[in-house]
Amino acid sequence: MNHGTGLAMLRNFAQRLVAPIDGPLMLIAGMLLLLAVGMMGSASPERLNTQLVNVAVALVVMRIAAQVPPQRLMHLAVPIYLAGLLLLIAVALFGDVSKGARRWLNLGFMRAQPSELMKIAMPLLLAWYFQQLEAMPRLRDYAIAAFMLLLPVALIARQPDLGTAVLVLAAGFYVIFFAGLSWKIMIGMVVAAAAAAPLAWTLLHDYQRNRIITLLDPEKDPLGKGFHIIQSTIAIGSGGIFGKGWREGTQAQLEFIPERHTDFIFAVFSEEFGLLGNLLLLLLYALLIGRGLLIAANAATLFSRLLAGAVTMIFFTYAFVNMGMVSGILPVVGVPLPLISYGGTALVTLFIGIGILMSIHGNRMLVQK
Amino acid sequence: MEFKNPQQELERFRARLVAAGGFVLLCFTLLFARFIWLQVVQHDYYQTRAEDNRISLVPIVPNRGLIVDRNGVVLARNYPAYTLEIVPSRTGQPEQVIDGLAEIIDIQPKDRKRFRQLLEESRNFESLPIRTRLTDEEVAKFIAHRYRFPGVDIKARLFRQYPGGAFASHLLGYIGRVNDRDLEKIEAREDAANYRGTEHFGKTGLEQRYEFDLHGETGFEQVEVDAGGRAVRTLARSAPVPGNNLTLTVDAELQRIAEQAFGSRRGALVAIDPASGGILALVAVPNYDPNLFVDGIDTQNWKELNESPDKPMVNRALNGAYPPGSTFKPFMALGALTLGKRRPDQAISDPGFFNFGGHHFRDDKKGGHGMVDMYKSIVHSCDTYYYMLANDMGIDNISAFMGSLGFGSRTGIDIDGESEGVLPSQAWKRKRFKKPEQQKWYAGETISIGIGQGYNAYTPIQLAHATAIVANNGVVFRPHLVKHITDTRTGNKTLIEPQPVRDLGLKPEHVEVIRNAMVGVNKEGTGARAFAGAEYVSAGKTGTAQVYSLKGADYKAGSVKHELRDHALFIAFAPAEQPKIALAVLVENGGFGAQAAAPIARQVLDYYLLGKRPQAPAPVDEAAVEEDAE
Repeated sequence: MNHGTGLAMLRNFAQRLVAPIDGPLMLIAGMLLLLAVGMMGSASPERLNTQLVNVAVALVVMRIAAQVPPQRLMHLAVPIYLAGLLLLIAVALFGDVSKGARRWLNLGFMRAQPSELMKIAMPLLLAWYFQQLEAMPRLRDYAIAAFMLLLPVALIARQPDLGTAVLVLAAGFYVIFFAGLSWKIMIGMVVAAAAAAPLAWTLLHDYQRNRIITLLDPEKDPLGKGFHIIQSTIAIGSGGIFGKGWREGTQAQLEFIPERHTDFIFAVFSEEFGLLGNLLLLLLYALLIGRGLLIAANAATLFSRLLAGAVTMIFFTYAFVNMGMVSGILPVVGVPLPLISYGGTALVTLFIGIGILMSIHGNRMLVQK
Repeated sequence: MEFKNPQQELERFRARLVAAGGFVLLCFTLLFARFIWLQVVQHDYYQTRAEDNRISLVPIVPNRGLIVDRNGVVLARNYPAYTLEIVPSRTGQPEQVIDGLAEIIDIQPKDRKRFRQLLEESRNFESLPIRTRLTDEEVAKFIAHRYRFPGVDIKARLFRQYPGGAFASHLLGYIGRVNDRDLEKIEAREDAANYRGTEHFGKTGLEQRYEFDLHGETGFEQVEVDAGGRAVRTLARSAPVPGNNLTLTVDAELQRIAEQAFGSRRGALVAIDPASGGILALVAVPNYDPNLFVDGIDTQNWKELNESPDKPMVNRALNGAYPPGSTFKPFMALGALTLGKRRPDQAISDPGFFNFGGHHFRDDKKGGHGMVDMYKSIVHSCDTYYYMLANDMGIDNISAFMGSLGFGSRTGIDIDGESEGVLPSQAWKRKRFKKPEQQKWYAGETISIGIGQGYNAYTPIQLAHATAIVANNGVVFRPHLVKHITDTRTGNKTLIEPQPVRDLGLKPEHVEVIRNAMVGVNKEGTGARAFAGAEYVSAGKTGTAQVYSLKGADYKAGSVKHELRDHALFIAFAPAEQPKIALAVLVENGGFGAQAAAPIARQVLDYYLLGKRPQAPAPVDEAAVEEDAE
């Protein structure tokens, strides 16, 4: 074996390693990860190393997901969904309570949060469901899809974990939407939801209600429930157009921003990089979403299309809900800023999504009809 | 059933993708609009709020002014010490925190009790001490464990200290923690900004009256704080200005000798410089240790002070009203001369009693003093002379003249708590009583007024004040304790020394008669035993005030309970021709004035005029006789 063949083999291996990876998607995600590292260095430098490990794990998971062909994913859809559903029921029955919510399942060797799994399992299942229908979906099919969606959402909301419930609900809804649910029905549902709001109010937990009250008037309880929102809006507002500079944000560095390395990291970013920084961030997310939607548009099968569209819109939901709540226009629900907030679980979920998008892109329609 | 049409399906899907993309853009535009609102339009407002968050004005409490005596002896000072303090609003359950602290630092049940009391009285967000005066070792121990106790910290503070302990407590008073009443006073002066951070306030005595002179100007430090309220760094600082120092007219050594002269007896002594009204000594015994009050007194000590039968918290010199007894006689005589009711040489015959409407007002001396002129009436304290004189003068004349000497009204001394006493008159009686038959003044009631009994009741300071007025030939000065206030910044001294308040216009020859007679008292009369061998000429008058009214029976000191024994009184000034000091002494239940009060006056005058220090408390002269008890 000479040097030439050795080098060729190495090159070959590298090519095979990067082959399933979509360049533009990787570029955008990479830039967001760079921001994430920078922000962790400001908001919580002591967590930087842990987060780098999280990033590495997430990238490996993404690479694996990118290699799984969509057909294989379709076969996995039902088992994953059923497993997720069973785990959610198990959580409801035997789960550990942490911070007043029952979210974790102790598996003996590790603690798992099955609701996280549902963020991927849900669009997988619904995309499979619409794929296997032999005719154009009728109202009855949408109703079945809605039932399969609402069952786990209800279980998650009861834990209670409003943030994840919203994300899972959105993920499933996007599939139904992309599958062609008629505008009339959607408008009807919005009207019905508005009418049912008072009833829903009575079903909410006290702390969930308080979050909504706090959103409407945070100054009412400036030291208690309103503190998070007041301090984060002060951070954003005081950042101005150009920001106070990296690690120069007084709200962040003097610990006025609560949860500043997780859900409220956007307030730190916004204070230190200002309106221009926000514009850059919005642009990166828009590019990510745009790339995702483009992949969906060119996907080979209905399953791939629906899955790619829904996964892409999950990113949007994360970003919009998080920035909306931190800037005080949405209630505070536990949704992290995608790819930037500290924490491994959400990061892995999101990169599985990116991996799926890459896999779908690799198996796209090669010839335009 | 509509079969799938892949092409149509794809087009519909792509339309939905466009709709989704549009929705994304719409939402992001909404977010961006929100950012513009917060970061451009409202930027200034949020900038200010961020600064307010970040910057905290921390008051620096000024050093309280010192109180020193006329010779510079320090009577109230400050000393630095470490305290362990809790901010209850930041710790949650203080009891649990204290339990935790007790594992590292010695915390007594009384500390907990006091803390609980402070907690009840405290303003919000206040830092309250759980332990004061930590040792260096305790400070080090806490610092090592500080991370376990958010909201608990060590503070270096200046403490008020009264180095003499109970010495002169009734005139110095004390400071205690600011309460709601004090806050009202501060608000009334619109001084709230200057009192930010101040935790103590003068509660009684000079500390109270001169609070706003002693306090000083609060300084401020601009610090950057984190969300936990801990200072991160200092941005700017304005230094506090220490409070002004008080220099007293009081002679601390004289005060000490006067206090010690009482031994364990209860009573009061007020010594005044007649030429200025400056108080040289103001004694009220027993007294109490004002240091106990500075950090909030614990319940046990408070109970002891409050429930003691000796009532150490009462300032007898200002607040106790006693019948003056025979010390009233020189003033009666002066009134008689001034009003032309008696000539000095005019003598009366004393059969041992005065008959008024069938009632015999008895003289102390059985069989009487024989022929008595004014000199003899004072020297031997003849009651009959004054029964007659009072009857001749009438109550309203007596009242008007005694009023001019300051009896029955507050002297205006510069500490609070003075009582008016009772200067009886027809008008007084009408006001005092409700029933019409009680409101009428009976001529018979005037008789015992003449010997300082009856409704008469005056404070020791009124008695001393009147004595000083006579010693100063009728020129009245307001009694005062503070000689001058020193501005610590400029060193300027503001003199409190007042102008004469008024001149009674007494005839010098009349005053001379009284002076002579009072000199006679100490030479050959009731004060002679106490002043035997004195190297100066002093003027005095003994007095004995009845506590217990004996209905016809003879008063025998040994046979009545101590609390019912007569109060002993003595007034004096010296040197008689050029008085430098005038005083009044009261010994509660001391018996005769000559027995108990005159020896105290002797010790005080001996020190003030000759510098002689007594070896022991003033003796009780059991052999001394009093010719003036009723």
